[in-house]
Amino acid sequence: MTEALVSVRDLRIGAVTDSGRQVQIIGGVSFDIAPGEIVALIGESGSGKTTIALSLMGHTRTGCAITGGTIRLGRHDVTGMREARRAALRGTEVSYVPQSAAAAFNPSKRIMDQVVEVTEIHRLMPRDQAEAKARDLFRALALPNPDTIGARYPHQVSGGQLQRLSAAMALIGDPSLVIFDEPTTALDVTTQIEVLRAFRAVMDKSAMAGVYVSHDLAVVAQIADRIIVLKGGEIQEEGTTEQILNAPTHPYTRQLLDAFEPVPHVPAASPGGTILEVRGLFAGYGAVRNGEPAAKILDDVSFRLERGRNLGVIGESGSGKSTLARAIAGILPAYRGKVRFDGTDLHPDLAHRSKDQLRRAQIVFQLADTALNPAQSVGAILARPLTFYHGTKGAARDRRVIELLDMVHLPAALRHRLPSELSGGQKQRVNLARALAAEPELILCDEITSALDTVVAAAILDLLKELQRELHLSYMFISHDLSTVEAICDEVLVMLKGKVVEALPATGMRDATHPYSRLLISSIPQLDTGWLKGLEQDPELMAQFMRR
Amino acid sequence: MLRSATTWLLVGQRLGIAAITLLIVSFAVFFATELLPGDVAEILLGQAATPEAVAGLRTAMGLDEPAIWRFLSWLRGLFTGDLGMSYVNNVQVSDMLAGRLANSLRLAGIVTVICVPVALALGIASAMWRGSWLDRIVSVLTISVISVPEFMVATLAVLIFAVWLGWLPALSFGVEVDSLGAMLRAYAMPVITLSFVVAAQMIRMTRAAVIETVNTPYVEMALLKGASRRRMVLGHALPNALGPIANAVALSLSYLVGGVIIVETVFNYPGVAKLMVDAVSTRDLPLIQSCAMIFCISYLLLITIADVVALLSNPRLRR
Repeated sequence: MTEALVSVRDLRIGAVTDSGRQVQIIGGVSFDIAPGEIVALIGESGSGKTTIALSLMGHTRTGCAITGGTIRLGRHDVTGMREARRAALRGTEVSYVPQSAAAAFNPSKRIMDQVVEVTEIHRLMPRDQAEAKARDLFRALALPNPDTIGARYPHQVSGGQLQRLSAAMALIGDPSLVIFDEPTTALDVTTQIEVLRAFRAVMDKSAMAGVYVSHDLAVVAQIADRIIVLKGGEIQEEGTTEQILNAPTHPYTRQLLDAFEPVPHVPAASPGGTILEVRGLFAGYGAVRNGEPAAKILDDVSFRLERGRNLGVIGESGSGKSTLARAIAGILPAYRGKVRFDGTDLHPDLAHRSKDQLRRAQIVFQLADTALNPAQSVGAILARPLTFYHGTKGAARDRRVIELLDMVHLPAALRHRLPSELSGGQKQRVNLARALAAEPELILCDEITSALDTVVAAAILDLLKELQRELHLSYMFISHDLSTVEAICDEVLVMLKGKVVEALPATGMRDATHPYSRLLISSIPQLDTGWLKGLEQDPELMAQFMRR
Repeated sequence: MLRSATTWLLVGQRLGIAAITLLIVSFAVFFATELLPGDVAEILLGQAATPEAVAGLRTAMGLDEPAIWRFLSWLRGLFTGDLGMSYVNNVQVSDMLAGRLANSLRLAGIVTVICVPVALALGIASAMWRGSWLDRIVSVLTISVISVPEFMVATLAVLIFAVWLGWLPALSFGVEVDSLGAMLRAYAMPVITLSFVVAAQMIRMTRAAVIETVNTPYVEMALLKGASRRRMVLGHALPNALGPIANAVALSLSYLVGGVIIVETVFNYPGVAKLMVDAVSTRDLPLIQSCAMIFCISYLLLITIADVVALLSNPRLRR
């Protein structure tokens, strides 16, 4: 066996909290990376995967410090050296592809200046040679207009292109190790495929080793040779990709894999009747002129939702999914079209709807962090809709708050806490409980599981189903994640540029007929190492629907 | 670097907004001074004046004309450089202002030349080495200077340098300015006092603006590319902090022209601010209006320059 390129031994990283308490984030992690090997670090948020990846560059974020163990990179002892020597390694020996390229590019500098900066800092080659190399990399990463794209500013190119440009920035110094920190998490599925393909092609050609940090097993399956499963700053399981996917030994790994298994959705017994009917809905943003807003988003959206059934809305960012929910809720009044709720027309503007109409249709937003008032206790947050809609007060209200918390499987003692003292999953449950407080018949769920880890998201979906059985709710479930939609919805609308391109039964999504639906559905990564290689997508179709 | 036509269009737009603002300001200045209680003619003639005499003076001064007409003719005067006659001294306002304005601008100019480079350097340096002894000393000093009112600083300076040490003259005006040394001495104390106050603000704002950009992912990215601290701050953070810094500098400097009343009074420095204070006590409307306009124009000028700098340093604003 050749000598490992990277060897990490008993790595410990500690942090000091705001209150001055010492906590251990990484507790004794050891692993090796062979030259040319791609190792994935997988785990949920807070598992320490990014912290470990950054420590390979000798970098810890503010407040953290390496407290023990050693990291060896090639001939260099990263943990033992001075900061100036580490700086000399960064970009040349080990480089970094950030999670959000949009944030990692300096907005006031041209892309080319930032891509070749590594060669300038380390005096690797003259400027014209560096630019020529950058253009070669742009070409290898399948970027459009490779000769001129460097002259643009970061805000002038798309997110997927920026992500590939950030890979060029990482590769220009010919490092022996590249760290990919969730590089496709912020991208749409169709864009993700292109970026993954580009990464794969470049990594296959070169002899570089890689560390791929992700929470998505399906993405990792396409790119990694070996997978390390992390939880709470400790390694749970380590093995080849095949072994982890097919024969996991650790229960936590199995739990992660189980979250991927599509749970077939059994439709709840429907009492019949239409709860929501939307006909020819148009909505948009900006100054209204001649009764039409400047930026038109929704374009003639129509659908019907039966009582007790669930409607999924899928599409990529910018397709108008959230706008649809906002227009139905009346937050963004539609300028044309009708929203009929249980047989009566709703006024487009929320301000003109009756309190009872408002009560019966509730909306739950994606980010519980921003949707919950950080200065109010959970109890106060839940009490407000109780008083507003039902006039409940005093002891009755306290009882009802505890009941609501119980409904979303949270302990009653939680009502005294502030949202900042809850975990992400708990916050989303409180967010949901607030909607339930109104005793609605329809809940509009806008990407409510998107910000959560897979295991937590699966638990929220189970909760939604349970609530539906007990309370006879109907959901409109907006998501960019098809497996989530598959798990809970009866019908699915596929949206593109504000239009509904196809309406499908959730169980028949693989039989979609519209080319865009097919493209979207085929782009969802599968838990299969050969999926990306075997995937064939019509390039013309891609060009037609991708926002380049 | 090439700036596109739209950039200059935006800059032109910003200048146009400044011109419109100036017009509104002149309107406000004129009518605000008109609203001052009391009648100029009565005050000028004193308590013993007969009603006929007051009426005669009013007509002679044109006070009987409608206010809007007087505003327009005053505005026309402003454009042609005719600022009107001082009510009290019967001298052209422009003549009274000329010398005083030159004095004020000289003081402001000297303070600017000393302050801006020092403040920017200290602000950027303390952001670059945040938490170091340099940063701590600068922080403590700026906070103490900001918390001490300027008349305190001025009085202390007089006490220390003029009374105890006897190095500098206590008053700036009336000292024979015949040699370079004498001039330096005459200006030293007002300049020191103003610099303290103005620089402290600028240092703090610069430091905050730079630190905010240092905490962004793209500066961390620069670190992960192996950039030195110097390169991270000067090459990546500073260009994005220019806009806020330019605004902080403009705000601090605008204080120099209008807000120096206390300093000018303590050191008996013959500047515009002192002139305006005197004009208010004598109810000399044309003089008050002209002084107010000077303050507004200088303020507007500085803010506009800062906005244009922010515009030119940010490629996203240029779209």
